[in-house]
Amino acid sequence: MATTSDPAARSSLAQTLRVQGLPVAVVLLLIFVSWYGLAIALNAQGAIERDLADTAWTWKDLVAASWSMERPVLPAPHQVLLDLWESLTGWPVNSPRNLLFHTFVTAQSTLLGFAMGTVLGLVLSVCIVHSRTLDKALLPWIVASQSVPVLAIAPIVLVILGSMGLAGVAPKAVIAMYLCFFPVTVAMVQGLRSPQVIETEMMHTYAANRWQALWMLRLPASLPFLFPALRVGVAAGLVGAMVAELPTGAQAGLGARLLTGSYYGQTVKIWSALVMSALLGLVLTAAMAALERIVLRHRRQA
Amino acid sequence: MSPPGRPKGEYRSAQQDTSPASLDRSVRLHPNGHATMALVLVSLALAAALLFSPLATPEAPVGPLFWLLTVALAVLAVVGIRRLAAMETRRIYSSLTAALLGIWILYFWQLLVVANDVPRVLLPAPWLILQSLLDNIGTLGNDFVQTVAKAVVVGWLLGCSLGFMVAIAIDRLPFLQRGLLPIASLTSAIPLVGVAPIAVMWFGFEWHSKAAVVVLMTFFPMLVSTLAGLQASNRLERELMHSYAASYTRTLWSLRLPSATPFMFAALKVNASLALIGAIVAEFFGSPTSGLGFRISVEATRMNMTLVWAAVVVAAVTGSLAYTLLSRLERRVAFWHPSVRGSK
Repeated sequence: MATTSDPAARSSLAQTLRVQGLPVAVVLLLIFVSWYGLAIALNAQGAIERDLADTAWTWKDLVAASWSMERPVLPAPHQVLLDLWESLTGWPVNSPRNLLFHTFVTAQSTLLGFAMGTVLGLVLSVCIVHSRTLDKALLPWIVASQSVPVLAIAPIVLVILGSMGLAGVAPKAVIAMYLCFFPVTVAMVQGLRSPQVIETEMMHTYAANRWQALWMLRLPASLPFLFPALRVGVAAGLVGAMVAELPTGAQAGLGARLLTGSYYGQTVKIWSALVMSALLGLVLTAAMAALERIVLRHRRQA
Repeated sequence: MSPPGRPKGEYRSAQQDTSPASLDRSVRLHPNGHATMALVLVSLALAAALLFSPLATPEAPVGPLFWLLTVALAVLAVVGIRRLAAMETRRIYSSLTAALLGIWILYFWQLLVVANDVPRVLLPAPWLILQSLLDNIGTLGNDFVQTVAKAVVVGWLLGCSLGFMVAIAIDRLPFLQRGLLPIASLTSAIPLVGVAPIAVMWFGFEWHSKAAVVVLMTFFPMLVSTLAGLQASNRLERELMHSYAASYTRTLWSLRLPSATPFMFAALKVNASLALIGAIVAEFFGSPTSGLGFRISVEATRMNMTLVWAAVVVAAVTGSLAYTLLSRLERRVAFWHPSVRGSK
């Protein structure tokens, strides 16, 4: 809504920035300040014991030491940013020391699984809407699965696919796929059913067959339901891909990076992997939001 | 209303696709209701006979007779489910249809896995999973206490109440709300479970670290939903409270919190499953020697898949039970709300 091309909308964007930008900036500043404060509080003891043990130190030294420890309890934001910067610029992109490499590995399996899960969810929802049997027999199970921690079967999927000789991207993509598939199916069934009775009756009076009604009425009507589900799905798929990277011997990917960091107690590395995965999640969700805006743009003008 | 020459039944079915919820109670029972029930029962009996026959043992080679019978049973199953689904008078038939599909899937899983002698590592038969569940009930009970009774319940309660309290606290500070809300909504896109290794470092291997992850994961959805719910009362209602000279607390207590209950329950339900996921995944990162996530990851590396499946069953049952309990509670608490009355 905020980024359509007409000037009225653009001024409303400026207003949103004015109304929201300042509060968000203040909250972010508060978070940073309390992060630095917390870093002093949590690291002080270790800093006194290890870095300042045999010197006469003042408060200034303590603060400086607790913000620059090698293995802090809580690294200060600039340490994390510095580590990120070094990892991104100090090594070639295809080196396992570069976080971009791991991000790429995770993003690849997330997107592959997301695409498969979305297609599967779309096909299944179309089938459910057109078949009373599937609607009555299958849909309750798909809805119920929303309350079940389906991520728990990730190790099972890994073992099964592993014993079938599949390794690398495929198992991770499968796990991301089934996590994306549930929300997309549920939302699309809802969306495909959203047309009013009067609209379906009109298709009926035009003697439209089921496919025409699906293509011209139901699918367009379901798009507002689809995109929120895509955002949920891509975020769930990212979690799935990262969890799938845990037991695979921890070679590549952000999840593996988190695990190796926790094995070797490299706190700063864990935090930079976390920041990277948060950024990846935000980028993927933002991409979905952008896609939504592009696809639904014409609808608003009409 | 229906076009001339078009059978009435066909027109109805075209309409039904749009609004399956509006079941027309005046329609009489499917003429062959009893026949359908009989068909379902007979096919289930035949299925049981095949399952216990010598044809369906790992020793017997899987011959054409077995496949013929299996395919025949599958056809029977599909016909039964289709007929049951076509009956539309009572609600019980809907749940019966879903239950029947579940039974058939479990049945064919059992039949095909046993008859084809599928290795247990690949896919254990449901019966074996149940056996393993019963054999290891003590271990799994311990895991349940460790993961659910400690980490999930404590984390969920803490996270939800923290989210609720922060929402109430910043309700009167629109500046802070405008600043916090966009950030809180963005966290849904972030894989928050990733903090698990840090939580383990800070709070140790015991359940406290898992509870901390759960608190973090449940806090933001509750905060966002409560804030949205507090805005849900409409202007007319708020003006009425104003004209009664109701104080802020009175308005909050008598109007805005009650109208926020559906939003809060939605968050509580979402959080219940998020909390389970969080605790289980956090245990993948390091845990003491018990817990559902620990059991799943350790037994999976040992290729003891029946126990893994049993632990997954425990987690799944816990998740759906929590959801059911919360829905019941919602009906009790918010019985007056249109969203609850409408769903009944």
